[in-house]
This record gives sequence, C-alpha cells and structure tokens, in this order.
Amino acid sequence: MKEQNISILEQRFQEKIDNDIKIEPRDWMPDNYRQTLIRQISQHAHSEIVGMLPEGNWITRAPNLRRKAVLLAKVQDEAGHGLYLYSATETLGADREELIDDLHSGVAKYSSIFNYPTVTWADMGVIGWLVDGAAIMNQVPLCRCSYGPYARAMVRVCKEESFHQRQGFEIMTNLMKGTSEQKAMAQDAFNRFWWPSLMMFGPSDADSKHTEQSVKWKIKRHTNDELRQMFVDATIPQAELIGLTIPDKDLKWNEERGHYDFGEINWDEFWQVVKGNGPCNKDRVDTRRRAKEEGMWVIEAANAYAEKIKVRKAS
Amino acid sequence: MNSLFEYLLRLGDDSLIIGHRLSEWCGHGPILEEDIAMTNLSLDFIGQATSIYKYAGEVEDKGRSADDLAFLRFDREYKNLILLEQPNGDFGMTMMKQFLFDSYRKPLFERLIHSSDDMIAAIAAKSLKETKYHLKHSSEWIIRLGDGTEESRNRVQDSLDTLWRYTSELFFEDSVDEELKSSGIVPSMDGIKKDWSSYVGEILNRATLTIPINNWEQEGGRKGMHSEHLGYILTELQYMQRAYPGMEW
Repeated sequence: MKEQNISILEQRFQEKIDNDIKIEPRDWMPDNYRQTLIRQISQHAHSEIVGMLPEGNWITRAPNLRRKAVLLAKVQDEAGHGLYLYSATETLGADREELIDDLHSGVAKYSSIFNYPTVTWADMGVIGWLVDGAAIMNQVPLCRCSYGPYARAMVRVCKEESFHQRQGFEIMTNLMKGTSEQKAMAQDAFNRFWWPSLMMFGPSDADSKHTEQSVKWKIKRHTNDELRQMFVDATIPQAELIGLTIPDKDLKWNEERGHYDFGEINWDEFWQVVKGNGPCNKDRVDTRRRAKEEGMWVIEAANAYAEKIKVRKAS
Repeated sequence: MNSLFEYLLRLGDDSLIIGHRLSEWCGHGPILEEDIAMTNLSLDFIGQATSIYKYAGEVEDKGRSADDLAFLRFDREYKNLILLEQPNGDFGMTMMKQFLFDSYRKPLFERLIHSSDDMIAAIAAKSLKETKYHLKHSSEWIIRLGDGTEESRNRVQDSLDTLWRYTSELFFEDSVDEELKSSGIVPSMDGIKKDWSSYVGEILNRATLTIPINNWEQEGGRKGMHSEHLGYILTELQYMQRAYPGMEW
C-alpha cells in the first residue's frame, strides 16, 4: 500500500478514536495498535490464569464450607476471564496456544503480584481486597477502551471483580473482628501485600515506556501514577475502618493536594520480580507448563476422536 | 443409631470428598475449559454437601452445624465411598472416577426425588439437575479418551482397571438402608444397580473399553473404614478448624 494511503487510513483511524467510536476486529488498524493490544490483553489473560494458583493454593484448606464455595467460585471466575481475554486476542489474529507458549517460555509477562506466595488464610482476604481492588482501578477505565471486544469483556470482568473485592474485604473484616491470632494474621498479610499491590500499577510515569501512545489510542485512560494514587486514596480509609496499620511511615493526608502522600516504592524489588526473580516466578510458570504438558495426551485424544467422528459421518 | 442421620452422612460425605478431590485440579487442568468445568463440578458438590449436612445436623439435633459435620469429625466417622477418596491421577483417572460415580448418582437421585422425606426429596431434585450435566460431561470424556488415541485408550483402560474394584461399594446396603426403605425414605439398590450396569456397559462399549474381571472388591467406606488416602484429605480439609478451634471466618 502506498505510504500516502496508509497515512489517510491512520488519520481516519485516529479520528474514530478521538470521537469515541469503537474499533472492531474487521476495521483497519495500525500494526502497532494491534501489537500493543495483543501484548496488553494477553498479559492480562496470563495474569488471570497464573492468578488462579496463589488462591487455588487455599481451596482445599478453606476454613468453612461457605468460604470454600466462595473461593472456588472466585477462582473459577478468573479462569473465565482468562478465556474471554484469550478470545479477545484471537479477534486480533493472535493464536491462543502460541500466546500460552510465550508465557511458558518466559517471553510473555503477567502481573508480578502473583509471584508472591500465599502462606496464610488471611492472604485470601488481602488478595481479594487489594489485588482485585487494584485490578478494578486498572480495568474500570478499560471498559471505555477504544478496542470494542476488549472494552466489552472488561464490563463483565469488572462486575465480577467487584464481588471478588467485597469477599476479600469481608474476610479481612471478619479477621479483624476475631481473636488476637486472627488480627495478627490479617495485619501480617496486609504488611506483605501492601507494597506489591502498589507495584501492580507498573513503573512510575517517568519510566513507563508504553503510556503516552496508549493514552493517545485510548487503550489507556490514566497514567500508572494517577491510578496508583486513586488506589491509595480509596484503600487507606478502608484499612483504617477495620483497624489495620498501614506499613508506610511516610503515609499522610496532604490537605493541599487532596490526596494521600505515600512512601517510595522499592523499585529494585519491582524490577527483580518482573525479571523473574520473585519468590514464586519459577514455580508459577513451571506449574502452568506442566499442566499443558501433562494434558497434551488429552487434547490429542479429543482431536483424534473428533477426526474419527468426521470420517464416520462422511462414510 | 439414628439411621436417617447416618444415611445423610453417607450422602453428604460422598459430595464433600469428591468435591474436595475435584478442587485439587483448580489451576492444573489440561485445558482452560476443563479447569472451569472441574471447578464448577466441585462447586456443585460442595453446595450439595452443605445442604445435606445442614439437614443432618437438624436430624441429629445435637446442635452441630454443617461446618461442624464437614470439618470436625475423625477419620472413622466419615462414611463416603472409598472410590471417591482415591487420588486424582491423570485427567483420565479423574474422569473415570467421575463417570463411575455420576452413573450411580443419577439413578439414585431419580429415585430419591420420590422420597417420603420432603427435605431429601428437595435436595435430590436440585442435585439431579446438576448430576445430569455431570454425567453428560464425564460420559463424553470417557468415550473421547477411550476411542481417541492408542495412548489415551491405554491410560483410561488402566484407570478403569484400577477403579473397578471400588464399584461394588456403590450398592452397599445394611440395616440403615433397610430401616429407611421400609418407611419409603430411600429406594432399593437393586434398580439403581441395574440402571448403573446397563448405562456403564453401554458407554464403556462405545469407548471401546473392556470391563475388568476377577477384581478384588473393596468396601468399608460406608462403615467408616477407609483407604490411607482419606487421612491426608482430612489433614488439609480440617487444618484451619483444628489449628484455630472455635473461630469465625
């Protein structure tokens, strides 16, 4: 295609975006837009799937029948989100199995929060409350994302995430109303997950290489630091309400800004975990890879059976 | 002994233990769709166990809640089928276990919906809807795996050979059943066994699998005598309730 034509297409594309008209799978789109979306949506899908593991870790040990059922339902929702999201990447021409293989080979990233271990029951509370809470902050603006299938998937995902967050906060509330052991368990989980939750919004704006273009394309509506601040402002009053101490000596309300000021994130830890050196990176990826390898014979059998049925029907 | 209470424990423990085993798959399924399916199955079973235990607690009338019954009994007081506590093994083993059990649960619930006990009839009506889906799902997989590749056929035949010895216990009956049968609360096992044999035979035939012979039949679960596997299930299941007695979660 002539360069002149491409520039006309790009112009029309940007006009649609500026007018809040959704881009649909069959519409022309710049290659970079397509690649950015495939990267972002597949990372999101991988995060849902890897994210099943730290919570799945406590299903067999959930403290009562109701908690067990709720946790099962929640983790099942995550699997469902993964499925929608992989399907959304397929509308962009990506191949689900190739994307999954990229996860297994370490090429593709997923949310680093899932590389931290879940060591007590309170971690189920804090993950629902903080991790799903941070996910909601990230994802609510994505319901207005310029790419139609992603935006529509996010509407449903966000509804479910808000249930997840409530069940997490309910677990934390119950613990904080409980015995001294339960309160200590809740505070310990909060201490461990607070900073990694803030890291979920990604590097600070100064170091974020994808933000500017994504904002222009309306794939992203807020910068990482804006979202992080919204999360802190929303979460601190909730923590205080149930009597948790925020593990940040620099945290204070800034009257002038109308926001909380908070301490410096340990970016060295952030980059280490992103690079694969977190406590559970290897376990998580190995577990997912093993599930696929050990299940290969099942897929082969299903394909072989489907083929036989086709032949039998034809004859 | 309160026969109705005892019967409810048998019914509830079956749901709890198979639900527990299915939940172990969460995050490890061969494909995402099956991860979702097995979690869904597990949720159905945990839901069934909850309603059954709640009613069992009322029948026993000693103030025990559904959670007390699920989490705070000792090993010899669980009355589930030995089949259900067997390790998951590969996906084929899990589906074979599920298939053998679903094929029994469907004719059982089809009869329990006519129970003279209204609560049992109501629980059976809800569970029957779920069980029909479960059975469809497990039967389809058994056919696919049996009539799939040579590897899948060998694997799933091995699973059948391993699990077959536990199937006679499905139809176990003792004085508990006799008493409840006489008051029309539970059905006779004869019809259920007939339905099970004919359905299982048909599906295994379509799956090109062979029913093993000369197996040593294993029973005992209904009387609280289990395999070594149950203890480890209970260790995980009961951990929180045992480590933090009497707390609310």
